[in-house]
Amino acid sequence: MPVPVMSATSAVLAHVPGLCRHGSKPSRELPKNPEVQAAFLGSLRTFEQGVAYGPHQAFIGAVHPRDLPQRPWVGPAPNGEGRFAGVGEIMPEEEFLGLLAAVDDFDLVRLGAAEAGAIGERLARHPLAEHLDLEKVAAAADNAEAVAAEPGALTLHLGADHVAAAVRRAHESDAALTADVFLENLAGKASATLALLRVLHDNGIDPGSIDYVIGSGEEAIGDRYQRGGGNLGKSVAAAAGCVNASGCDVKNFCAAPIPALVIASSLVAAGVFTRVAVIAGGSLPKLGMKFQGHLKHDLPVLEDVLGASALIVEADDGRSPRVRLDSVGKHPVAAGSSNPKIMEALVFAPLDRLGMASTDVDDYATELHNPEITEPQGSGNVPERNYKTIAALAMRRGDIGREDMSAFVEQRGMPGFAPTQGHIASALCYVPHARERLMEGGARRVQLIAKGSLFLGRMSEQSDGMSVLLESNDQAEG
Amino acid sequence: MDLNSQEVIKRLADEHGADNLVVILGAPDDESAEIAAETVVLGDPTYAGALAEAQLGLSVYHVLEQDFRTLVDDDVWEEQIGVMADVLDAELISSAVKGMREQQP
Repeated sequence: MPVPVMSATSAVLAHVPGLCRHGSKPSRELPKNPEVQAAFLGSLRTFEQGVAYGPHQAFIGAVHPRDLPQRPWVGPAPNGEGRFAGVGEIMPEEEFLGLLAAVDDFDLVRLGAAEAGAIGERLARHPLAEHLDLEKVAAAADNAEAVAAEPGALTLHLGADHVAAAVRRAHESDAALTADVFLENLAGKASATLALLRVLHDNGIDPGSIDYVIGSGEEAIGDRYQRGGGNLGKSVAAAAGCVNASGCDVKNFCAAPIPALVIASSLVAAGVFTRVAVIAGGSLPKLGMKFQGHLKHDLPVLEDVLGASALIVEADDGRSPRVRLDSVGKHPVAAGSSNPKIMEALVFAPLDRLGMASTDVDDYATELHNPEITEPQGSGNVPERNYKTIAALAMRRGDIGREDMSAFVEQRGMPGFAPTQGHIASALCYVPHARERLMEGGARRVQLIAKGSLFLGRMSEQSDGMSVLLESNDQAEG
Repeated sequence: MDLNSQEVIKRLADEHGADNLVVILGAPDDESAEIAAETVVLGDPTYAGALAEAQLGLSVYHVLEQDFRTLVDDDVWEEQIGVMADVLDAELISSAVKGMREQQP
């Protein structure tokens, strides 16, 4: 049976302050109060500030989260941080509008004529330019203000007030295809396509060698007869030139990427497919989600990026980290949904099965939401709480002493650094760092732990989650 | 406090009377505990839920407060709460909830 390994990863951000007003929360709150709207638009970050922001550099893999400076991370002047670094890039909003047009198969995104020209020129200089459909960008040139005035259309801005584009509704009366829903889905597609293109071309992987692309983002693509029908995975495969690939979506709220990784690895292990990509695009509804807390604390609108990731799973290449399918942890129905019960099921049950102690895992990657984003809105420091819970359970099992708990948290945990787009924050954001540390000897094992809130969909009171161990290729166990 | 919980608390207070109701919080930090306590004592400060402008003045405790701890069997406490008692800052949370409880009208 082939042993699956994670042979390549990428992580990208699109810095889109102009789109923040279309996040779910701002789109509901801003129209109610002109003063709030003015404060919101006056608190958007520049691209330079977005690039320089430490957690963003950590997200694209340029700096390990444990090497981030002490908080606050907002504030310091840019210090030479690059948009291209680590395993990805931070794309400015002008280029992202062009990318939206480039992957829009139904020509619903219309760019202002001047903007289309300028954006086309910028994208032509992008390292991935030859893989982008720049003719579509040119063909999207239109009268943006006139399109925006059409029934059901949405205006797209650059920064606070520059009208740069518009998006038409995708259907006259289908609530699943309104302009805002379509924009959410297309933003997920565009950002995931960028991540997939990066992982392929930065690693010299032939797009034609990809058999299957599994989408694990949070957007549910469909029409009114099947609102979450899918299939963003194959849509992204097509946009990235993976001509021999098919695909599907795995849905599980924030937890989806880890089940998607486990399914991809299982397909490789079973010999069904040779090379599988797992992708996750950014979640536009979560832009500006906690802006009220940020404005209250004189912070900029911090949720101004779309995060996207891609990874490749294939049979053992003798060097890449192994995905240990015998280590998969699940959160059974009967486990209960308190944090300790979830952690027992996801962290400790698999370790028990393998005869390992919690100290046999060097890094735990759990929900890694950036606390600088969550704390001002009263949501606390999510990763810190998770790590303390794991440490408390490790202490109760006798793996460590009570006096070792804070060192356990510090050494095997890390500060949260991900945008609050749950599926990106839920362990997936750590995958590039995990791969690097496992390949360079910094770590032997990394446990990826994802949790998702099923109850949000009102079908069940359940939550869910899944975990899996990544292990360096030179470990004896296979 | 989420809107669902506010509705349930409002309903229970209407059915049984505010004097016959004690709210036990499980919020994980002092800030969210304080907001939840404020909601059931003075009303929802965000004006979003059923308790907006409803000054119920309910008796409210956090599950980590000593007053509550002494009422619970040790085994049950250990099984249900023990781990989180090691994780959360009981003193800080208790003081936040107590401060709000003292504002009961």
